[in-house]
Amino acid sequence: MTTTLTSHRSRPPAQPPTLRARRLPKWLPPAIALGALLVAAAIVYGAGIGGPVLVVVVGALLYLAGLFAAAHAVEGRRSARNRTWSALIHSAFVLAVLPLASVVWTLFSKGLGRFDANFFLTSMNNIGARDPEGGAYHAIIGTLIQVGIAALITIPIGILCAIYIVEYGRGRFAFAIRFFVDVMTGIPSIVSGLFVLAFWVLVVSPYFSSTGRPGFSGFAAALALSVLMLPTVVRSTEEMLRLVPAPLREGAYALGVPKWKTILRVVLPTALPGIVTGVMLSIARAAGETAPVLLVAGGGAAINFNPFENNQSSLALFVYQQAGDASRYAPARAWTAALTLVALVLVLTIAAKLLARRNRLGR
Amino acid sequence: MGDTPHRSADAGTGGTRVTEGHPWPAGASAHVAESPVSTGTPGGPGLGGGGALPTARRFGAERAFRGLTFAAGSFVLVVIAAIAVFLIAKAVPALRANTVNFWTYEGWSPNDPEPKFGIGALAFGTVLSSALALLMAVPVALGIALYLSHYAPRRLGTSLGFLIDLLAAVPSVVFGLWGRDYFSGPVGNLSIWLNEYFGWIPLFGGDGPYGASILLGALVLAIMVLPIITSLSREVFLQTPTANEEAALALGATRWEMIRTAVLPYGRPGIIAAVMLGLGRALGETIALAMTLGITFNISFNLIENGGNTIAANIANTFGEANETGRGALIASGLVLFAITLIVNITARAIIYRRREFTESAA
Repeated sequence: MTTTLTSHRSRPPAQPPTLRARRLPKWLPPAIALGALLVAAAIVYGAGIGGPVLVVVVGALLYLAGLFAAAHAVEGRRSARNRTWSALIHSAFVLAVLPLASVVWTLFSKGLGRFDANFFLTSMNNIGARDPEGGAYHAIIGTLIQVGIAALITIPIGILCAIYIVEYGRGRFAFAIRFFVDVMTGIPSIVSGLFVLAFWVLVVSPYFSSTGRPGFSGFAAALALSVLMLPTVVRSTEEMLRLVPAPLREGAYALGVPKWKTILRVVLPTALPGIVTGVMLSIARAAGETAPVLLVAGGGAAINFNPFENNQSSLALFVYQQAGDASRYAPARAWTAALTLVALVLVLTIAAKLLARRNRLGR
Repeated sequence: MGDTPHRSADAGTGGTRVTEGHPWPAGASAHVAESPVSTGTPGGPGLGGGGALPTARRFGAERAFRGLTFAAGSFVLVVIAAIAVFLIAKAVPALRANTVNFWTYEGWSPNDPEPKFGIGALAFGTVLSSALALLMAVPVALGIALYLSHYAPRRLGTSLGFLIDLLAAVPSVVFGLWGRDYFSGPVGNLSIWLNEYFGWIPLFGGDGPYGASILLGALVLAIMVLPIITSLSREVFLQTPTANEEAALALGATRWEMIRTAVLPYGRPGIIAAVMLGLGRALGETIALAMTLGITFNISFNLIENGGNTIAANIANTFGEANETGRGALIASGLVLFAITLIVNITARAIIYRRREFTESAA
């Protein structure tokens, strides 16, 4: 249905030229643009109030005004509005692409400087301010451990919660759970970090640690990340479960299969690709979080494989700490770690989206 | 994990049934409770009670699974309640120790022997930077969303939409690093220019230094929330009923008139929700602002001078040297942030839910 509409949508409604009084000649808008730029350059440089950026800004405004005036004179008010809004929408697109492209460009140009074996195979242990070496091995280990534990905690709880909402939940209580899952999506990462600080690090961890004192740990970071991941997993699983066709369930019931077995053997496998997509997106989001790790894992320079004891770093936290480091070699390390982090997150995201595209149930 | 308790509950429920409907002496109840699974077989297929046994067992598994999903669902509510409880519990002692008014005092020195800290300036900075960011991001984001859904060729729109979704996944620490290392230069130049020509407006007054200002923080924030608002509102625009669009075009509307009369009214609740979600994200953003703002503790509307602070950025920046009261004070500020984002999110969700009912009844 949508494919047949594309032609209507991408072109303005075609009308025979006889019905329409007059149209702007095709060459006029570019001519107006050129004129506007020239006038803007004359104004800006004549008055000496700025550089090329200002010329473009003033030129764009003059172009909009000129286009509106010309279209108004030739085609009428409605068409003039249409053209002006169209130009505005196109320029919004250009305006947004510029900074985003700049982020990507800076990331690559600065991040490739330290993208070497040393960076990925060494930690920051015993690296002084004058040492150009040092790497993010410990941070990569930390990210993998923390995100892995968070996923182990979140996935079962999240999927079961979604099953409750879709298959069992009735009435006000199920609605409350759904509503609060949505609300939980918006909990700031720093608040989840503070929660785990107040709950796990300060209250619970003294009972576990060998010293008997509250201590940072990678596990605490994993808890904070799972608070952030849970709503994403629940929501995506819930949506996918709702997409499973009812006849599949009814067929299973008709064969005498109990409801729980229907859910585990029929509904979940059908929805699985979509669920995996949601889980991967939530993992990607968790891997990029800095604030909770800063609050409850503390960060550190040494390699620590034990998530339950002592400080652990993570890739995002490594970026933050290196960016705040006074050493002149630190910014290069920060940018390379940022590039690594973005690569990790984007690979996860792209894989998840491609999986969703192949999924027949998907949107 | 939760197998054992459910097994016993299972046996209890199955047990009464077994003793009721079973032709054998009821004295077997102890042996039933000990292994409910094996009792299915001695009944044999020929006996009438044999059919009842598997039913009873399935009933037990059904109960167990249902209970498990119910527990997972309630877990969400428990987590949200626990966040509030633990934050309050840790915040109250620090608030008691505070020697000045928490709401109005402009400053943050909770680590002194006489702790003094106030949330006023931080909350103001949070709201100001988020509002400014949305002011800049929303028009541009809606423009891009309209471009992707109604102006760009279908295939280009889809792939660019994919790209925007990817940008929404880029971790905030990367934007923070970019804002601090690269973007502060151009923004500093812009600030100097604004100060030179518009210094008579209090917003752009002051005498420097410029760069690490609310303006930079808000711009970085705007670039970060741009992909989120864009991808949400693009989906809303794509859902506009094609019949409405075609009807508008058939009545001779120009493309802009079609958008204004068919697309925007239909998408308004969705746009509001997208903006609110972007606002929630902006309010809770931590690391990007901790890296770009120059830290001050006063309430000032000056946008371009170094300064500005937000609740979340303050937590990230001062957590390292906080003592016990300091941590409590930070948790108290996190509680305020939690409350603000909760209100914003609940409002956004309420709007979305109302819209969902509306569309369902319309369909």
